[in-house]
Amino acid sequence: MTQALDEIKIGGLGVSRKRVEDDRFIRGKGNYTDDITLPGMLHMEILRSPLAHARIKSIDASRAWDIPGVHLVLTGDMMATRNLAWMPTLSYDTQAVLATDKVRFQGQEVACVIADDPYIAKDACEAIEVDYEPLPVIVNPKQAVAEGAPVIRDDKENQADNVIYHWEVGDAAGTDRAFEQADVISRLQLHYPRSHPSPIECCGSIADFNRATSKLTVYMTTQAPHIIRAAVALVAELPEHMIRIISPDIGGGFGNKVPVYPGYVCSILASILLERPVKWIEDKTGNLISTGFARDIYLDGEMALRQDGKILGVRMRCDADHGAFFSDAQPSKFKIGLLHSTFAAYDIPAAHLRARGTYSNKAPGGVAYRCSFRVTEAMFFQERMMQAAADDLGMDQAAFRRMNFVRDEDFPHRTPFGFLLDSGQYRKCLDVGLKAVGYEDFRKRQEEARAKGRLLGLGISTMTEPLGAGNSREYDILGIKMFDSAELKVHMTGKAIVRTGARTQGQGHETTWAQIVSHELGIPAEDVVVEEGDTDTAPFGMGTYASRSTPVAGAAVAMVARKIRAKARRLAAHLLEVSEEDIEWELGRFYVRSAPDRGVTIQECAMAAYSNMPDGMEPGLENTAYYDPPNLTWPFACYIVTVEVDPATGVWDVLTTVAVDDCGVRINPMIVEGQIMGGLTEAYAMASMQFITFDAEGNCIGSNYMDYLLPTAWETPGFELHSEVVTPCPHHPIGAKGIGECAAVGGPAAFVNAVIDALSGTGVRNIDMPLLPDRVWEALTYRRDISGAPPVATDD
Amino acid sequence: MTVVYDDLGDGVEEGAVPVRRIRFTINGRKKIAEVEPRLLLSHLIRRGLGLTGTHMGCDTTNCGACTVQVDGKPVKSCTMLAVQVDGHEITTVEGLAMQGAGGPGGVLHPLQEGFKEEHGLQCGFCTPGMMMAAKALLDENPDPTEEDVRWALSGNLCRCTGYQNIVKSVLWAAAKLRSQSPDTPDGSQP
Repeated sequence: MTQALDEIKIGGLGVSRKRVEDDRFIRGKGNYTDDITLPGMLHMEILRSPLAHARIKSIDASRAWDIPGVHLVLTGDMMATRNLAWMPTLSYDTQAVLATDKVRFQGQEVACVIADDPYIAKDACEAIEVDYEPLPVIVNPKQAVAEGAPVIRDDKENQADNVIYHWEVGDAAGTDRAFEQADVISRLQLHYPRSHPSPIECCGSIADFNRATSKLTVYMTTQAPHIIRAAVALVAELPEHMIRIISPDIGGGFGNKVPVYPGYVCSILASILLERPVKWIEDKTGNLISTGFARDIYLDGEMALRQDGKILGVRMRCDADHGAFFSDAQPSKFKIGLLHSTFAAYDIPAAHLRARGTYSNKAPGGVAYRCSFRVTEAMFFQERMMQAAADDLGMDQAAFRRMNFVRDEDFPHRTPFGFLLDSGQYRKCLDVGLKAVGYEDFRKRQEEARAKGRLLGLGISTMTEPLGAGNSREYDILGIKMFDSAELKVHMTGKAIVRTGARTQGQGHETTWAQIVSHELGIPAEDVVVEEGDTDTAPFGMGTYASRSTPVAGAAVAMVARKIRAKARRLAAHLLEVSEEDIEWELGRFYVRSAPDRGVTIQECAMAAYSNMPDGMEPGLENTAYYDPPNLTWPFACYIVTVEVDPATGVWDVLTTVAVDDCGVRINPMIVEGQIMGGLTEAYAMASMQFITFDAEGNCIGSNYMDYLLPTAWETPGFELHSEVVTPCPHHPIGAKGIGECAAVGGPAAFVNAVIDALSGTGVRNIDMPLLPDRVWEALTYRRDISGAPPVATDD
Repeated sequence: MTVVYDDLGDGVEEGAVPVRRIRFTINGRKKIAEVEPRLLLSHLIRRGLGLTGTHMGCDTTNCGACTVQVDGKPVKSCTMLAVQVDGHEITTVEGLAMQGAGGPGGVLHPLQEGFKEEHGLQCGFCTPGMMMAAKALLDENPDPTEEDVRWALSGNLCRCTGYQNIVKSVLWAAAKLRSQSPDTPDGSQP
């Protein structure tokens, strides 16, 4: 009897396999966009607007043209002659590539210089003279809709004000009825501040137009190369088959590298005009002040409650500040992303949400920063509201959540906003978390500490979030349906290559996709190479964001492997000279049911596909699968944080952070835990220090890493992770749910709830993030809520 | 770095761009370069020498992705001028691998092994700078505590990992280095 393959030994599902991509990164041999040098390459720099809102009276670039080494100066007027001054956004709006009439935010692209050397290009940018006539500035929705507010988008016909959209979802009348029956109505207002994903690597591109072949190759920092190819085809009016987008190694994305930025477009045009490769690498300030920000929404909600703690209904109102151009990267059907996934984890009979989007003189964006289209805002508000409501009822935080959870036996469950939840064990996750943190004991210690004047706090955040868009019925971007793809080629010696339409940015696809193939086919993971990011070779896919790689592209990998296995079965029948019905499969091997010793390995089948196929069979062992998920996936998480607040300074320290994540089946537990810790760190960052805002003149405060604080190893707390709750996704081929963003989505509320809990008894209901020490001190000292909405006061 | 300019005729003065000649050692090899005085060390390393393992993250000395060693001390190369390394010795991530039996760069430094073993990296962009900062710590302190490591790396930013595994990676490397040290065969401090 042959020994069955051990999946763990060959690096299959559930193995904490060491990452194959690490081998190049630890040697300094990664290949990021800025590492690429092409023969004859020129360098591009961008001149940005110093003002947030101003009419451009004139641009004089003559001194820039005179600098030796300068090849081209691009301005808005030159772009306009080629119909490229404006480009479409991913949300059916338009965005200026280079400003023609006005600048609409500080940092907006005004001109570009292409030169032999980036230093020369920067010199030349400084030599360009722009005459601006300043205009009144808008930095929040209140100003945007005020009477007499200047119309920011006067370039658009029929745009008489600064409102982009009104959108609503849910049952208004049913929600009104729920509120009529309420014993208690709880209310919370907050601002989820603008935040910048800020990967350490900035954005950049190298455009290489070859006149001889008419082919345009663009190396660029993009999470979604195929979408970029489509966008370039539409914007630059080039035929799609003559465009090749290559996304090399990416130094972090977090949503920042989904949109199309003016710098990409300018480098492409420059390369076409100059017929030479043109490299553009953004500096950090350019990245922070002009590229896709996240959040910046004002949430005002009410909850109808029965005295015993049962939630009867939720009503929410949202004002979203989109900046100067509506360029959110999100499914087209939903104007405010999946904000209506809020309260999904709780069994609530009625809910209604109204949203309004407005323009302001701030950078455009609204990208999903480590989240699935506004679910971070949704879950933050949800968990802050849950805490406020429990406090209003005088109920225990954990008991209030447990009482209202969707129960294990109630799946599938339809939320009042229409989402369908498929699985979960919410109470069990909460119980694991409470036990880990020592809940009852902590509450006692909190009491004792308080008697001595010490402020301890505990914050809970429990949530389920929708990941893995689509299905294609409901989810598309600019009409392109949100499916994904994988191609698998098994060579004759049994080695294989997988390509997908996703693009890894640190998530470890090169390691985990091979593990899925290994699980499905029994080919050792080390015999499978993974390639992504080149539109000429990868199958069409929507890219990596919104935690959709494993739910969608990962599913496609499993499905294509199953297609390969089906063909291998026919080859096995041929080799074993029995009919297909008499063949059984075990990992890596087909055998004859009646004679288990007679079998062939998957590798032998692969060889036969090229050397000994049956008559009439198409040779080769290759296939492609396009996967359109039947539904979103719904991982669940419970995060519990304890803190101590220093009443003298407002400084707060994290004592413990417990994370219980149920993300279904874990392909590579080591990588999953890495994702959770990264997400928790960004959650802590948003809650504690990441602060990017604007003064009344629209100056961006937080435009570099001296002002925009990211936590270091010194500040970042330790994390305790729990993986004991596993509810496989019922519709995903390997039961996985996605994990990349859960902790960044659910985490912030746990940190904020902990600090607010430490302040209990003061009447403080809300402090807007980040909870900087001065804000906490002010709240504690003056016993009042603290708003963080812009404009911030400046010293003068 | 060599830059070829357009010939704008005889009206343009010779030597409009001043250039300084510098000599230095990088990863054990002696070099001569002609550089503009304003050229950043990071650009000399990346563009002039083609050693792209040293990354540029923030331009303001905050992120540490560009960390190299100059005469054994960790330096953020985006904030040092190339002319300042005249007569000095630079080590970059490409020089971290020991010149062992496997040929140039063939044997990994324990820090490199540690980062892979403990999943101390995700996108990999901060990794070279992290390893160079960690090397400076381990050169001085072969047996650091977790707190020592966190403090030593507090000039380097990572957006992916949350640092916990980076700290473990450095401690893994420290333990391996101690176990390899001929003075302390049992791995304990002398």
